[in-house]
Amino acid sequence: MAQVTRRPSAWAWVWLVIWAVFSWLPLVATLDFSLRARKGMLSLKAYQNIFADPGFYNSLAFSFQMALLTIVISIFLVVPTAYWVHLRLRRARPLVEFVTLLPFVVPAVVIAFGLIRWYCCPPFAFVSSPLLLVAGYVVLSLPYMYRAADTGLRAIDVCTLTEAAQSLGASNLQTFFLVILPNLRASILSGAFLTFAIVMGEFTLSSLLAWPAFGPYMQYVGVFKAYESAALAIISFALTWLVMLLMLWLVRGWAAARAVTAPR
Amino acid sequence: MAVKSLLVEKERINLRGVLRARLGELHTVWAWVPMLPFFVFAVAFLLLPSASIVVRSFQGEQGQFTLANIERIFTRPDLLRAYENSILLSIATAIFGGVLGFLLGYAITLGRLPPSIRSMVLTFSGVASNFAGVPLAFAFIATLGQMGLVTRALNDLLGRNIYHSGFSIYNFWGLSIVYTYFQLPLMVLIITPALDGLRREWREAAEGLGATAYHYWRYVALPILLPSLLGTMVLLFANSFGAYATAYAFSGSQINLVPLVIGFNIRGNVLYDPGLGNALALGMVVIMAISIAFYSYLQRRSELWLK
Repeated sequence: MAQVTRRPSAWAWVWLVIWAVFSWLPLVATLDFSLRARKGMLSLKAYQNIFADPGFYNSLAFSFQMALLTIVISIFLVVPTAYWVHLRLRRARPLVEFVTLLPFVVPAVVIAFGLIRWYCCPPFAFVSSPLLLVAGYVVLSLPYMYRAADTGLRAIDVCTLTEAAQSLGASNLQTFFLVILPNLRASILSGAFLTFAIVMGEFTLSSLLAWPAFGPYMQYVGVFKAYESAALAIISFALTWLVMLLMLWLVRGWAAARAVTAPR
Repeated sequence: MAVKSLLVEKERINLRGVLRARLGELHTVWAWVPMLPFFVFAVAFLLLPSASIVVRSFQGEQGQFTLANIERIFTRPDLLRAYENSILLSIATAIFGGVLGFLLGYAITLGRLPPSIRSMVLTFSGVASNFAGVPLAFAFIATLGQMGLVTRALNDLLGRNIYHSGFSIYNFWGLSIVYTYFQLPLMVLIITPALDGLRREWREAAEGLGATAYHYWRYVALPILLPSLLGTMVLLFANSFGAYATAYAFSGSQINLVPLVIGFNIRGNVLYDPGLGNALALGMVVIMAISIAFYSYLQRRSELWLK
């Protein structure tokens, strides 16, 4: 049959072109729109307005801090747990997997609703603390972080590594921090970057808990300023790309480095 | 790894058994202690708040048991309408995203496009599936809004405004196009590994027996792929059903959606009614839970052949 040849099939090109148009047209249109802040000519005025707005930097800085806190807490909660499940408590795996999948089942708006109702009133009145927002973000990050840690742990031989470390006299903590963690850095990093991208653009929790994060800022600009909002969409898309490319680059670099030191 | 190369397979298994036995001497209860931070956090910020929604949906103002909150959803046409809109929008975008994503997945796997295109499509999909919410709304207003690039281009091309022919980015089909933008890349990311799992031998065997491309797809490939196709589309359904930010950014939209109604309830404006809010959230969780249960059932079915 003709299909056996290595030539790409014509239909494949058709679907690719449809995809390319659908995927890139909105970005091109947004870029075009963002450059039309001055009537009748192309200009960077919308971008200048954004970069001159202190609200832009403040909200970006706020989301950045929240993202870092979220990543640290999420790693601290998830990675030791995933390690312990692999090493010692295999029967806890379904339970842990269920909990980490829950944020997919319970939508963010419902999580926000639950958190606000539960922590609104004494004895747990801390709805006005940014820590509640971070807690919500950590919940949102659980599926990604656990999946990343689990994938990493499946790729290494946890029992042998732990056994080797302990027979050389390492304590439990030493084993975890000096042996397991370095072997997981590529997968933890991909989970961390994904969490970062999610938190930086997050809108639901930050808006419902009334925090001046980057997502609500974008929405606020969008209500009043058409061109500036298009510029913000481009900036936010570029930021997401930057984070993803950085992640791919680092993870690939580390995977390559590990392949050299430990061929399997 | 040096240790590993010195040991033959059998001894390694023995050693692991010794390790297990030694760890087993620890008291079982102590084994759960390192899990405490994780579970305490999950209980405090995920399980208790979610469970309280379920409980409070069935509670009246004095805390007595009642079904009134849930009944109220069924007696309010606007709320039923919101559920209907959300479900229909999620089904429509799951089908659009699912079909387009499958075709694109086909193009980059079995379609034998160059590997560079494959990795570009997958990287872009990783970014685009996260490109939801407010900026996505801006992008589509700039594209298909009243003054959007495509709207103006079609105006010049066809000589008439598509908004005069009933199209609007703010109505059901307009929103479907916007949602499809983040559904399509998710489909591509999930379905590509499944398509990679289709073995070349299966096609060769089918062709050796005289099957045409149609026969192969109809009797071999699609039946194998069907559970993962449907499963991923159920996931897309859930993904769109829970989306709040994109819906909110189109708040000028004429169509009402469940996440928006819950959001209004939290913000405490005219609609404020805690019991009703809990019942609405419960309805959302129930629909999500059913779809995720369906998804994991289909997932198990697909593992029969793939992987």
